[in-house]
Amino acid sequence: MEKKATRDSYGEALVMLAEKRPDLVVLDADLAAATKTGTFKAAYPDRFFDCGIAEANMMGVAAGIATTGKLVFASSFAMFAAGRAFEIVRNSIGYPHINVKIGATHAGISVGEDGASHQCNEDIALMRTIPGMTVINPADDVEAKAAVLAMADYVGPTYMRFGRLAAPIFNDAATYKFEVGKGIQLKDGKDITIVATGLMVAEAIEAGKALAEQGIDARVINIHTIKPIDRDIIIKAAKETGKIITVEEHSVIGGLGSAVADVVTEECPVPVIKIGVKDVFGHSGPAVALLKEFGLCADNIVATAKAALGK
Amino acid sequence: MDTQLKKQLEIAATKVRMGVIEGVYNAKAGHPGGSLSVADTLTYLYMNRMNVDPANPEMADRDRLVLSKGHTAPALYACLAHRGFFPVEELKTLRKIDSRLQGHPVKGKVPGVDMSTGSLGQGISAACGMALSGKISSDTYKVYAVLGDGEIQEGQVWEAAMFAAHYQLDNLVAVVDNNGLQIDGKIGDVMSPYPIDEKFAAFGWHVICINGHDFDEIEKAFDEAETVLNKPTVIIQRSTKGKGVSFMENQCGWHGKAPNDEEYAKAMDELKAHLASLE
Repeated sequence: MEKKATRDSYGEALVMLAEKRPDLVVLDADLAAATKTGTFKAAYPDRFFDCGIAEANMMGVAAGIATTGKLVFASSFAMFAAGRAFEIVRNSIGYPHINVKIGATHAGISVGEDGASHQCNEDIALMRTIPGMTVINPADDVEAKAAVLAMADYVGPTYMRFGRLAAPIFNDAATYKFEVGKGIQLKDGKDITIVATGLMVAEAIEAGKALAEQGIDARVINIHTIKPIDRDIIIKAAKETGKIITVEEHSVIGGLGSAVADVVTEECPVPVIKIGVKDVFGHSGPAVALLKEFGLCADNIVATAKAALGK
Repeated sequence: MDTQLKKQLEIAATKVRMGVIEGVYNAKAGHPGGSLSVADTLTYLYMNRMNVDPANPEMADRDRLVLSKGHTAPALYACLAHRGFFPVEELKTLRKIDSRLQGHPVKGKVPGVDMSTGSLGQGISAACGMALSGKISSDTYKVYAVLGDGEIQEGQVWEAAMFAAHYQLDNLVAVVDNNGLQIDGKIGDVMSPYPIDEKFAAFGWHVICINGHDFDEIEKAFDEAETVLNKPTVIIQRSTKGKGVSFMENQCGWHGKAPNDEEYAKAMDELKAHLASLE
């Protein structure tokens, strides 16, 4: 299967967007080469502004630009966009509900060799606590591009999470349709549901197939919009399969697992088993090896599902 | 400045100060000290300089003002009310549970408020964004950012200072209200930001130092700022915290405290007497 990092998709989508949105402005904080806003910069140098290594100011500048009616994307690594600049995002973008799109790349442990200082496993948790903030975590190239184009037309603050590691492209560009707030059922199943987001969706698909071979009928759901979350698809899965496993390249505290548990505990209490980074920091190493070490892989999803079903 | 205009501005500024006291007294909370120190400059901008239209507060080519020192919202609200954005009577609802006049300004809630502020150091960045946007589309509007002198202890202010100079935002004018006091004491004792002028100059700004209670100097400074090309301008204004209310002047205790009944009456008597002397 062809692979591409969603950060590359992000950069390419910005160029696609620029053609139909002459008001598009892109900001970065000295990471354009890595976040891939550099792709946009090369194509539209007059509409790209480097803010230097000053993420707090960049978020405020983005807010100011957006108040004048232009479409603005502000980019950095997730660690700095959601982490360092959190309070500026909260007070200068979230509180006044300003139409800023935050494009955060290098999210999660798959940053790899840079180590824990740059492996942001907290961004989803931070961003979903801000009232009115939409949080998007696309799974592959097709979804990432569709999400960028769709969110450009949506008015309101949005956090979009992209990855560094090349991810399998499992969606079909010809038929894929992105709908904000709508989960996508990728495989039906009645024994258990695997709810995954971002880079982990491809692993969940693989796990679903492996489980089927072992006689376990697992439902697989892709949640690209963590906020507002698709309550209906989760409640239906809880009712129909009785058990849910969530999988995310993020802390088990406050991310997809927590968001799913919030819905399930209110509407249809069933066990929710969270696969994610278990309240520890990461460390340096090759991305794929790290994902395996932290259990963020199909093998661990399969093992977790079997254990949950007592098999 | 024309003496008649100067007198009108002094009258307007006194009314703005009365609005500040009225609001903070009724709220039983708020920030009178810094509101009074910045009242003259805000009055000048809203009554005599800025291209704004109370009938069309979201007018695309309006001049923008970001009150980066958002805790002095009472002064901003009083200026907006006296400029006609909402009834002056509403100033009494400051900080009340059913009021749109929040403790710190909120964009979208109050007509005329261009940016939500209150967390110090952030407004100047938003002002930079507005100014950059104006440059991108060759708009002619000006952007004003009003900062406290304690506020410039925030690192984000200097990120923004670098940004504004780098992108040559000559449509941006920052005002630093140098009243010399912050919550914990004199700014020089708490964490000195001095020399403020040399710092901004070193960051590539055009620097003008004035007396923030002299309308001639205020007008001259904003006139000068308009002539500066390819650089942002900062007007550093020496001011008196609590200006216009004798017992509040230069007292850092009045940074964030409301007057009691007796103090309210005394403050209003002083301001009314001053108004009468002008009229």
